[in-house]
Amino acid sequence: MQENENLSQQHDENHENGGTGQPGDSHDIHDDHHDEGFIRKYIFSLDHKMIGKQFLIYGLLMLFLGGGLAMLFRWQLAYPEILPNDEFEGKLSEGRLGKPLPFIGPSEEFLKEYLESGEAEPRTWRDRMWLNVMESGEPEWVIENIPMGVMQPRFYNMLFTMHATIMVFFVVVPILVGAFGNFLIPLMIGTRDMAFPVLNMLSFWLAVLAAGIMIAGFFVPGGHASAGWTGYAPLSANTDWTGVNWGMNLWAISLLIQGFSSLVGSINYITTIINMRAPGMTFFRMPLVIWALFIVAILLLLAFPVLSSALALLIFDRLAGTTFFTSTPEGGGDPLLWQHLFWFFGHPEVYILILPGMGIASELIPAFSRKPIFGYRSMVYAMIAIAFLGWVVWGHHMFQSGMRPGMGAFFMTTTMLIAVPSAIKTFNWLGTMFRGSIRFTTPMLHAIAFVSMFVIGGLSGIFMANTPVDIAIHDTYFIVAHIHYVVFGGSLFAIFGGIVFWFPKMYGRYMNDTLSKIHFWLTFISFNCTFFPMHILGMGMHRRRIENPMATEYTQMFEGMNIFITMSAFTLGVVQLILVFNFFWSMYKGKVAEKNPWHVNTLEWEAPTPVPHGNFAQIPTVHRGPYEYSVPGEEADWIPQAQPEPVPASAGD
Amino acid sequence: MLGWYTENISTYATGVDTLFALIYWITVVAFILVMATLILFLIMYRHRAGHKAEYIEGSTKLEIIWTAATTVIVFGLALLSFPQWNKLKSPAENPDYTVQVRGEQFNWYFIYPGPDNEIGTEDDLEFENKMYVPVDKVIQLYLTSKDVIHSFFVPQLRLKQDVLPNRIIDFTKFRAQKIGKYEIPCAELCGFGHATMIGYLHVLSQEKYDSWVAENWPPQE
Repeated sequence: MQENENLSQQHDENHENGGTGQPGDSHDIHDDHHDEGFIRKYIFSLDHKMIGKQFLIYGLLMLFLGGGLAMLFRWQLAYPEILPNDEFEGKLSEGRLGKPLPFIGPSEEFLKEYLESGEAEPRTWRDRMWLNVMESGEPEWVIENIPMGVMQPRFYNMLFTMHATIMVFFVVVPILVGAFGNFLIPLMIGTRDMAFPVLNMLSFWLAVLAAGIMIAGFFVPGGHASAGWTGYAPLSANTDWTGVNWGMNLWAISLLIQGFSSLVGSINYITTIINMRAPGMTFFRMPLVIWALFIVAILLLLAFPVLSSALALLIFDRLAGTTFFTSTPEGGGDPLLWQHLFWFFGHPEVYILILPGMGIASELIPAFSRKPIFGYRSMVYAMIAIAFLGWVVWGHHMFQSGMRPGMGAFFMTTTMLIAVPSAIKTFNWLGTMFRGSIRFTTPMLHAIAFVSMFVIGGLSGIFMANTPVDIAIHDTYFIVAHIHYVVFGGSLFAIFGGIVFWFPKMYGRYMNDTLSKIHFWLTFISFNCTFFPMHILGMGMHRRRIENPMATEYTQMFEGMNIFITMSAFTLGVVQLILVFNFFWSMYKGKVAEKNPWHVNTLEWEAPTPVPHGNFAQIPTVHRGPYEYSVPGEEADWIPQAQPEPVPASAGD
Repeated sequence: MLGWYTENISTYATGVDTLFALIYWITVVAFILVMATLILFLIMYRHRAGHKAEYIEGSTKLEIIWTAATTVIVFGLALLSFPQWNKLKSPAENPDYTVQVRGEQFNWYFIYPGPDNEIGTEDDLEFENKMYVPVDKVIQLYLTSKDVIHSFFVPQLRLKQDVLPNRIIDFTKFRAQKIGKYEIPCAELCGFGHATMIGYLHVLSQEKYDSWVAENWPPQE
């Protein structure tokens, strides 16, 4: 370790002495940026690093909103009412008052008496509280959604719809693409900022506007969107079917704006990566996370307009009386059109959620195995293959949709082919660890968790890709388990690992390692306890998107398992507070970090900490690939990309 | 874990379960192999003082091997699945009975052809949330919806098909092997009554079915 520290100092000197001498490369250019006002610096910032941090905080705040919604509906799922087992002919669904939620609802005896006679003697403080609420008629939204502590199905539908919408569009994409993309791209390719700093700022503030509109939807009469995050028409296309009016409109408008935000961001990323790489930074010397973000930007650029057009048509259907997605005999639209458009966007979107995670893992694993990534080029080609295949698999969401069954064969084959690049990536990560010297730092633990969870999520995908098997498990908890293993087990573990890893460069301090490790282990355990049993629910064909698992007899045996999942989900939610505390505490009180604390080769670690406006004193020149660890014959086990080749003594200037 | 898989009473869908079990074992073996390798590597190649990692950039041979192996497995699985899928999602050739199903927020309606054996005539019979079929007979379904998308789902029959407004889906059929009462939950989110949109499929013996017909259907003129 001592050796490495000496070496790192040596590298600093190298750079101060031997810059690349680009024109306009002097210190005084970016010195005038230092005296910006608070608003220019922290709010309407043009600096890619600040915008990246803004996206990070934004995503983390939305993560808590999305997680909170999940905890609310898990609460309901663990303690639903038990419906009569006999043929009740669906009548109970209307105006139902059933079992109160534990801990906040009134006692069951009180509720029963209240329902029968209209009044009852309160037994506990909670009974009194609910009696007060019902008698005073305030707050109205409580009476509408959880009267007497009983969650109404409409409210439940809103909760899971908004959970998924927020997690997909306002958490994972903003953090992975917005935060890591903005922070890392200019630093890792060795440039001073994004190609279009103003567009970059616009991208963030459009995302804030979208989030504001999305949150406003919770407060409009009729409640927020409740047609699922997939918004299947005609349920979503008409106020009559759900009773949701402006909630659904705002949902569509918000996503439309979020689409513009992504579009603007992706144009910026693509331009920056193509045009602004440091001298010597060829495409095949780019770190894999930059490759991933590059590919994702292209996917975003091509996929989001499809969603935007679908949303525009949906808004026309809702507000202008068109019938693109409703098939009335007079209208002649088609509900399947929505599904085709949505999933043509939606499947590339799934890869937008996972590819940057793969990129982050591909940075962390070589760095902490002290070895080059195994098969760099095949890693790149595998990501490109995943991105291409992503365009021709959307039909696998629609095997049971009424699409002609003949299409199933095609979509099954393309979907199963995705297993090939996914397997290549997994084996290459294993190959990277092979004969390495593995350091179990917190980022590495997250990367290992990422690989293992991605393996589970990938393997469970094969079940759904297979058309006959999909008949059984489509729309069951099996798919819920699958998506959470990929998006939480995959993307979110990569995000956590990435945060701990790049925190010293972002804020100049380390995160507290003990807290990070506690957070990792508790998250890892409660994550698996939450989502693994869902595979079993799925095999028992427990439907998804139902507020009452006790409604069908064949799922009543899963009551205990649902309670267990809820307990785990609450644990999972609560332990995230450790991350928040650690994040903000470390920002001000953490141990001050040196320039390159993990001894990593890539260019972001060449920049001083904290990174000044303009990033580099002098633009570095790149001499080699990003993963030159443990090179034979070298004393140190790392050679930064910017370190010049040793110059023979005779050829010195 | 396979024990949690719901009972199967369909003659058509035995292939679904075979494929499920096959994929289950392939994935379990793949998972154990990958995890065992991972854990082994983590233990064997953990950082130790004085020990340096070996510089390995990759291996084209290995890349080709695992690309080819995965490709063969997935194509094999796909080839095994095509015939099953075609068998399941095609109209019955000689159906014994025909029933039309209509989803409507939040009930299932079953329309029997009535004495003239033709759907769409005046003597059709409609039942709310109750479907009666004889055991071991091929039932051809015509599925449709009145309002939004629902999904006709009988877990024990491995039968799931979305129903769409203004469209009749004609490639769904089943043959139930076991007498009993089964639930028909709606599997596609259809609104606030989605969870409790449940019909009941009564699989009866031929005699019981005939007597149900005699009891409920108007006499033939």
